[in-house]
Amino acid sequence: MIKQYETVFIATPVLSDTQMKEAVAKYTDLIKANGGEIVYEEDWGLKQLAYPIQHKTSGFYYLIQFKADPQFVNTLETQYHRDERIIRFLTVALDKNSIAYAEHRRQKGASKPAAAVAEQAPAEPEVETETNEEE
Amino acid sequence: MAAVENNEIRYLNPPTVDVRKKKYCRFKKAGIKYVDYKDPEFLKKFLNEQGKILPRRITGTSLKFQRKVAQAIKRARSLALLPYVTDLLK
Repeated sequence: MIKQYETVFIATPVLSDTQMKEAVAKYTDLIKANGGEIVYEEDWGLKQLAYPIQHKTSGFYYLIQFKADPQFVNTLETQYHRDERIIRFLTVALDKNSIAYAEHRRQKGASKPAAAVAEQAPAEPEVETETNEEE
Repeated sequence: MAAVENNEIRYLNPPTVDVRKKKYCRFKKAGIKYVDYKDPEFLKKFLNEQGKILPRRITGTSLKFQRKVAQAIKRARSLALLPYVTDLLK
């Protein structure tokens, strides 16, 4: 049985761009390797956390929507647990209403993410230096 | 005095008749079927200043959607999109 899922993970802000891409590639490959199909990916970039997690005040958010066997979610979450780069994750099964919403969001967001990334870009260097001091 | 004896009370200002606006469920009205946990700005409408979930009697949300809102807020909190405790959220 194949169900649609949506997973969001937060990676540590200390990662460089290439390291972040590596982390993303690891999970997308994992999904594909286990017979899953990636429906949609979205990079939210570096965001401020609402509260500190593991003494970190910001993190890279990444959203993946995929179709896979329910058994696979366990494997995915085990991988998240073992990965030190991931500070928080959430996997949610999508029902028919949320799938409709996700599709709507995708179409609406086609123009929006570009603007969102542009907004976040100037803020990035500041935050990075902050976290470096803490480390 | 005369007015009272005539059983006719006169007010300086006309008494304000409380016509309360009927509360409604915004999800039912707008035909929203899924409450998204990824949109903290929207979910903030259902939180008070300390980041607590507002009761239905204030927001007017129907029971069905109050459960969904609560679920979405809890998911957003776990992803650090919303705080668990705070002051002056708005």
